[in-house]
Amino acid sequence: MAAALAVWGFFAIAAGEPFRSTAGIAAYSNAAAPLGILAVAVALLMIGGEFDLSVGSIIGFASMSLMLLTTHFDWPLWPAIGAVFVLSALIGLLNGLLVVRTGLPSFIVTLGTLFAFRGLTIALSRHWTGRTQLGGLDSMPGYDGARQLFASDVFGVFRVSIVWWLVLIMVATWVLLRTPLGNWVFAAGGDAQAARSAGVPVDRVKMGLFVVTALAACLVAVLQVVRFTGADVLRGELQEFRAIAAAVIGGTLLTGGYGSAVGAALGALIFGMVQQGIVMTRVDADWFQVFLGIVLLMAVVVNHALRHRALSA
Amino acid sequence: MTANRLPLLEADRVSKRFGAVTALEDVSLTVDKGAVTCLLGDNGAGKSTLVKILAGVHPPTRGEIRVDGEPITFSSPRDAREHGVATVHQDLAVIPLMSVWRNFFLGSEPTVGHGPLRRIDVQRCRRIALEQLQQLGISVHDPDQTVGTLSGGERQAVAIARALHLGAKVLLLDEPTAAMGVRQAEIVLEQIQRARDRGVGIVLITHNPRHAAPVGDRFVILRHGRVVGDFSSREASIERLTTVMTEGG
Repeated sequence: MAAALAVWGFFAIAAGEPFRSTAGIAAYSNAAAPLGILAVAVALLMIGGEFDLSVGSIIGFASMSLMLLTTHFDWPLWPAIGAVFVLSALIGLLNGLLVVRTGLPSFIVTLGTLFAFRGLTIALSRHWTGRTQLGGLDSMPGYDGARQLFASDVFGVFRVSIVWWLVLIMVATWVLLRTPLGNWVFAAGGDAQAARSAGVPVDRVKMGLFVVTALAACLVAVLQVVRFTGADVLRGELQEFRAIAAAVIGGTLLTGGYGSAVGAALGALIFGMVQQGIVMTRVDADWFQVFLGIVLLMAVVVNHALRHRALSA
Repeated sequence: MTANRLPLLEADRVSKRFGAVTALEDVSLTVDKGAVTCLLGDNGAGKSTLVKILAGVHPPTRGEIRVDGEPITFSSPRDAREHGVATVHQDLAVIPLMSVWRNFFLGSEPTVGHGPLRRIDVQRCRRIALEQLQQLGISVHDPDQTVGTLSGGERQAVAIARALHLGAKVLLLDEPTAAMGVRQAEIVLEQIQRARDRGVGIVLITHNPRHAAPVGDRFVILRHGRVVGDFSSREASIERLTTVMTEGG
């Protein structure tokens, strides 16, 4: 929270009026929303003690699946959207099953599915269409309705993806802090063995969390495909690392058992502010990554210190 | 205590073999209501095998387990817990990063409301957690405090209080004082006495006669899988327990 305010204050002064204006706020909120949706889901999974590196490739897979189903296989838009959510949930379930059944670190398991689904997306797109980019979703029947839901603007300059993001933050926070399921997520990541001996269905909790991250990735895919009326096989590249970085900047521990949805959302907002703020200050955009790297490192150091304090008598 | 009352939990001439290895041979032990039975022995004496049988992890190869006089075969630790026999493990009991109340109600969170508004009754959780700890002589001021910031004795209290609150009639305490300093061990022994005074039957597993002697009503000593000593508190002294543990009966 303090970090987000500090970054905002820094750019509010450095970039001046454009950063503080409504248009400025909209610019970085819009940029942060898709990452924020991912980061909130990824934070839940990390609190539960696992990683999902495959979210970026699920975005690509879901984006291209939606385009292929509609423009190549002539499915109506809404059933196609429903189908990509189901497909994504199945990928999440596959990730979860692989991790839970093999007992291997999810870092390596989902690194595998990251490559596999990115490759599958490229291979199938080429196989069916001979192309790696598809467009023309706006000529499909039902597009106007989908546009209302996934790609309209609210209050003029704000994208509707921000509303999806805010709803997700609220639901995630509610579940995490006020439901038994949330308690089980903390326990699964805090100490899986102790959680099991207290009767928590740790494996089911973890599998559910993998499905949630996959569904969040799919939502990001649908939001973007409908807005840009097309997709590219490389959609979502590197988003897995940005989502983890946002969660960590927001106070989620890499070791699991601690974190919050609001923190992850603020982490994503910092990403958006730095990205847009650097442009507005007319500093070379190459500095974006340097700045983010430094913010991430500082966040890890602070988290480590906080964890130490929470664990010592 | 009346003499003809049935013990809460009994192991009657229990043996356990793992393949060709005999881990326990004809071991008997009883736990009475409001009494502490200490199970003593060196490493490898068979203590943990016996605890696992009492806790429902393993079935015995021969012999019988009885709860309130009724012969029973536990199918799992959960099954044992449902019959009122709860185990508190030395290191698996609590989750350091979680708050006192979240630990206390983990896996059995009381809720209010219905449907999507069904939620944990946080106020009740906080209040009950503090009350239950108070009854064991532990005063924690803030139920939102993480368990990691508590002392070893206080952490053990969270685990014991939780088991009692969930309806345990018999507590199996697996080396609760191991790796603890004198002060922390005293705190745990005090909790054991308080739980006993509430009518709970307790099996205290330890290899330290110094910790067993002040709280035990009955002392069963294992060596190489057999009972080599079974004393009442009048017959037991730290010296005698130590001798029997190391040299046999």
